[in-house]
Amino acid sequence: MTDEEILQLLYDETLVGNAPAVRDGVNEGLEQGLAPERMLYDGLIPSLEEVGARFERGDFFVPEMLIAARAMQGALDILRPLLAETGMAEVGTFLMGTVKGDVHDIGKNLCNIMLEGAGFHVIDLGVNVPPEKFIEQIEEHNPDIVGFSAFLTTTMPMFKANINALEKAGMREKVIVMVGGAPVTQEYADAVGADGYSADASAAVKKAKELLELRREKVPA
Amino acid sequence: MKAVVACGALALDVRRIARRRGWELKVIPVPALLHNHPERIDTAVTELMEGHDVVALAYGDCGTYGALDRLGFPRLEGDHCYDVFARAEVQLALEEEPGTYFLTDFLARTFEHTVWRELGLDRHPELCEDYFRHYTRVLWLAQRATPATRVAAERAAQRIGRPLVVREVGDAGLERQLEALLDRLG
Ligand code: B12
Repeated sequence: MTDEEILQLLYDETLVGNAPAVRDGVNEGLEQGLAPERMLYDGLIPSLEEVGARFERGDFFVPEMLIAARAMQGALDILRPLLAETGMAEVGTFLMGTVKGDVHDIGKNLCNIMLEGAGFHVIDLGVNVPPEKFIEQIEEHNPDIVGFSAFLTTTMPMFKANINALEKAGMREKVIVMVGGAPVTQEYADAVGADGYSADASAAVKKAKELLELRREKVPA
Repeated sequence: MKAVVACGALALDVRRIARRRGWELKVIPVPALLHNHPERIDTAVTELMEGHDVVALAYGDCGTYGALDRLGFPRLEGDHCYDVFARAEVQLALEEEPGTYFLTDFLARTFEHTVWRELGLDRHPELCEDYFRHYTRVLWLAQRATPATRVAAERAAQRIGRPLVVREVGDAGLERQLEALLDRLG
């Protein structure tokens, strides 16, 4: 297969969630010297972006999204160490978790995959994460951005509780706060004092990079 | 005749309560599957109202995040149908165990179709853990704990692979709310 054919295969098979085919495609690509970055940026990520677009349009529902994400995850597992070796610059560290009282995690996991694909070092704290845990983990990992995910109207107020805890710990200025999840809106994000919101994983990556650049312009490293 | 537009997951209960109370009420059901696509609910409700003397919506917010309210009809209080039947129990259960998955009679009886198939688990059973990994129990908020519905609830819990807990909450929560909605109309 030519490089182009492999990239097309990665795109097509990720789109339909054919994990074994994607894995084989990645391995074949590596054997013939195709760069891991190209497989990521010219095959896998565009495909998962298309999955997201189809979900937005209502052509795909959650299961289609999940199988595609699994296929992508399988590819990332192979590529991750190689990408690190080739010295792909890390964009920043992103600490992510679903807030206390909530165990919805599909949207969060999808964001994680896209963030990782875009070069973020992602630390996932899982679900039902209480404010103390976020604080403790921010102290330990010193991330650039912390993301809070919530899917229930009753758990959204935890955004504010988390931000209050950050303030109390004197960390609010240290870290960028992003929020998201099905019930969340830009208005709500503004009201609780988050720095950023986005409605889907692709937009989350864009927003995260944008906020990071802004921060770095303000605070020269 | 006065009419209410009801979520399909509540329509049977609304009809039963109306019959019991002797209310003359037309119940117009909306497909319950829209629960998974809440952004389409307000449009579906609007279309079904046409030609009826609709006085209220037998709906919680159901993930429409205010879009139903903007239609300008009174509706049931609560974020979703679990709230409508048993708000206090739901809150308590989630405090006890955040990984609680709720069933109502309707959801138990239609689980194969409204949950399992809708979530693609008939085609991709391997996704079950992706969905339910963080769940620790299934809590059936029973309206009427008949043997047939109990079997259905047990089967649903088995599908998810979690223990079933039963709380018989009845339908008084819904009845009270319907009564309040109809009272408001005089
Ligand atoms: C799938 C689903 C489930 C799955 C969840 C599996 C899992 N592991 O997450 C299951 C079936 C288990 C489930 C359970 C429940 N659910 Co549910 N669920 C949904 C559903 C259908 C889709 C949500 C989803 O995962 N979408 C897929 C993702 C990929 O799409 P997305 O939301 O657009 O995600 C993007 C953004 O949100 C964003 N994002 C997400 N997180 C973050 C974080 C940051 C920082 C950023 C920047 C962006 C971001 O990026 C994501 C990727 O593009 C919604 C309805 C809907 N259509 O929204 C109801 C819904 C969220 N659930 C609901 C309910 C009520 C429940 C239950 C209570 C039902 C029950 N029978 O018990 C339980 C929850 C119990 C509990 N203990 O918490 C309600 C919530 C209503 C409310 N007002 O609170 C909804 C809205 C359904 C409804 N119409 O009422 N659910």
